[in-house]
Amino acid sequence: MSGAAHSPAMARAAGAGARAPARGGGRAGTGPALWVLLGPPLAFIGVLFLLPLAQVIWGSFFTPEFSLAQYARIVETPVYLQVLARTARVAIVTTALCIVLGYPAALYLASVKPTTRQWLLLCVVVPFFLSMLIRNFIWMALLQRAGLVNRALMDLGWITEPLPLMYNEFGMLVTMTNMLLPYTIFPILSSLLAIPPELRNASASLGAGRLRTFLRITLPLSLPGVAAGGLLVFIVALGFFITPALVGGPKQMMISNLIDFSVREVLNWPFAFALANVLLWGTLVFYFVYVRMVEGRLPRTGIV
Amino acid sequence: MSAATSATIGIDRAARGEAGTSAAASLDVERLVKEFGRTRVVDDLSFSLRGGELLTLLGPSGSGKTTTMRMIAGFEDPTSGDVRIAGESVLDREVHRRDIGVVFQQYALFPHMTVFGNVAYPLEMRRVPKAERARRVERAISMVRLSGFEGRYPRELSGGQQQRVALARAIVFQPRLLLMDEPMGALDKRLRELMQVEVRQLQRELGITTVSVTHDQVEALVMSDLIAVLDGGVLQQIGPPLEVYQRPANRFVADFLGESNLLEVARLEGGADPKVAVTAKGLRTTVSADSVADGREPALLVVRPENVAIGEAARDLCNHLPVEVREMLYVGDLVKYRCVAEGGDEIQVKALAAAGSAFAPGARTTVGWRTEHCLAVAR
Repeated sequence: MSGAAHSPAMARAAGAGARAPARGGGRAGTGPALWVLLGPPLAFIGVLFLLPLAQVIWGSFFTPEFSLAQYARIVETPVYLQVLARTARVAIVTTALCIVLGYPAALYLASVKPTTRQWLLLCVVVPFFLSMLIRNFIWMALLQRAGLVNRALMDLGWITEPLPLMYNEFGMLVTMTNMLLPYTIFPILSSLLAIPPELRNASASLGAGRLRTFLRITLPLSLPGVAAGGLLVFIVALGFFITPALVGGPKQMMISNLIDFSVREVLNWPFAFALANVLLWGTLVFYFVYVRMVEGRLPRTGIV
Repeated sequence: MSAATSATIGIDRAARGEAGTSAAASLDVERLVKEFGRTRVVDDLSFSLRGGELLTLLGPSGSGKTTTMRMIAGFEDPTSGDVRIAGESVLDREVHRRDIGVVFQQYALFPHMTVFGNVAYPLEMRRVPKAERARRVERAISMVRLSGFEGRYPRELSGGQQQRVALARAIVFQPRLLLMDEPMGALDKRLRELMQVEVRQLQRELGITTVSVTHDQVEALVMSDLIAVLDGGVLQQIGPPLEVYQRPANRFVADFLGESNLLEVARLEGGADPKVAVTAKGLRTTVSADSVADGREPALLVVRPENVAIGEAARDLCNHLPVEVREMLYVGDLVKYRCVAEGGDEIQVKALAAAGSAFAPGARTTVGWRTEHCLAVAR
């Protein structure tokens, strides 16, 4: 959120540095020295990121003459619109679930002793040591018709027919939420820990019981963490690929699966570029709107 | 307030007198003990405070004063002992039911609320209707002289202003008891001195029973009706400022409040009235009758430097002796001397700078003091 505000300022500072080589005297990296230092990383970013990005943008319009046909196709075909709608819907629901489940988890983590917290956080982080692919396979093993969950439920006698837990939106949401939970737990935990404990004591001394202290003090002051975590989950969920592919199945295509299909199966690169641009610019627009909306409204924590 | 709300807060409405005023509640602390593991942080502490009085818990870091305050507030549970407000034990009541106002050392203002919001918070918790709430908040804010600041956020205020908001917030709901934890700690010297007087005036005006915690002895002397001096969790002395300052019960109190000359007693010569003491280094002096410390053997003589005369005037006093000036310190309004008597006893003197010419190091002169200014205390 503050990243957007920093970049112009930093660009100005870098520009000022590059434009004042005569000042010398103690200011490291002015003039040619600056370019020697910045050159390699800039070249790296330029070649491996900006160039392909430019190609993606260019390639969606110039096929080889300028035309908006690819974008028209997206907008005019109901199936593709469904994919976009599903992508947005799944991302929103996943974000909501991650917040709703992640907040109590963070609350609990914030309330235990630091040493206990370290161990519990380890449990949260350990799954990340496995590759995404393996984790998705694990979920498939759990959610399949003959998977662990169904077998356990059948053995307990709670159901007679296996439940359809996979190859549908339910299975996808469960898996995505599980994988993205840490992205809300950590920011929310961080903002909870940043609240001075004295504020809760003050609230109690002023007559607020535990529930009211939570609703009036803790919750509002932890909202920056919720906003940050939510944004992160949403953006990552929009671009999710493996889970929709493996756990969601062919009928649950999200936009990245469509891009993949377009590139690998149909070899329609321009169409894939167009889809990629929709995802990229859609996300950026959303991000800036979100940041604008949230900036003025969030309460600020501070030790006062 | 509705009856249900009164019950929630646990206040007997009748005991509060007319609507809106708090009856000044007494505070009794009885044999309070707090142990952390095997360390006794507060050791068998007892005192009583009448309604409307201000007691200062005074002591160095680690003396147990903050822990005691936290136990009265309810943030800590005592290992044993009792805390009673208006005669009723509050130990089984949670913090939010004790009807106390607390001013924290770092103010603990809610950063996401304005000054108005902060001060209104306790009234909201007590479901005071909106119009009445606004009226009382305005009154509290004007009492701490912050009118016009209602819309500001805590981060936009200076330290002194934040402190006043914290104070307004703690008194707006007229609690039975006000607790202040090093309230002046974060202020600069001038502001501190100003606020000490202001807070004291406010407290008197409102008649709220108050316990203040500090390590600043000047603050304790300026503000209190009673001072309780603590060291290592043990109460050293409790009494009005005048008494604690002029008749310290032991070495710790004599040393902690103001400055003292502490002379080791070798023996007391009995019989004569006033008694005569002889120090380990041979200094003879008469001793104040006030001083004999509950029958225990006096071990130390206390003479405050401001009570020691130096020069011509000293010779007229009943206790006087020749000394050599070793050091002279000019402090603006005072001059401080460090002198040495014949036997080696060191005497510090504080004289008004206006009172006469200064003595240079190396000068030989006389110092002296009155009988009533020489106190014998037990260890």
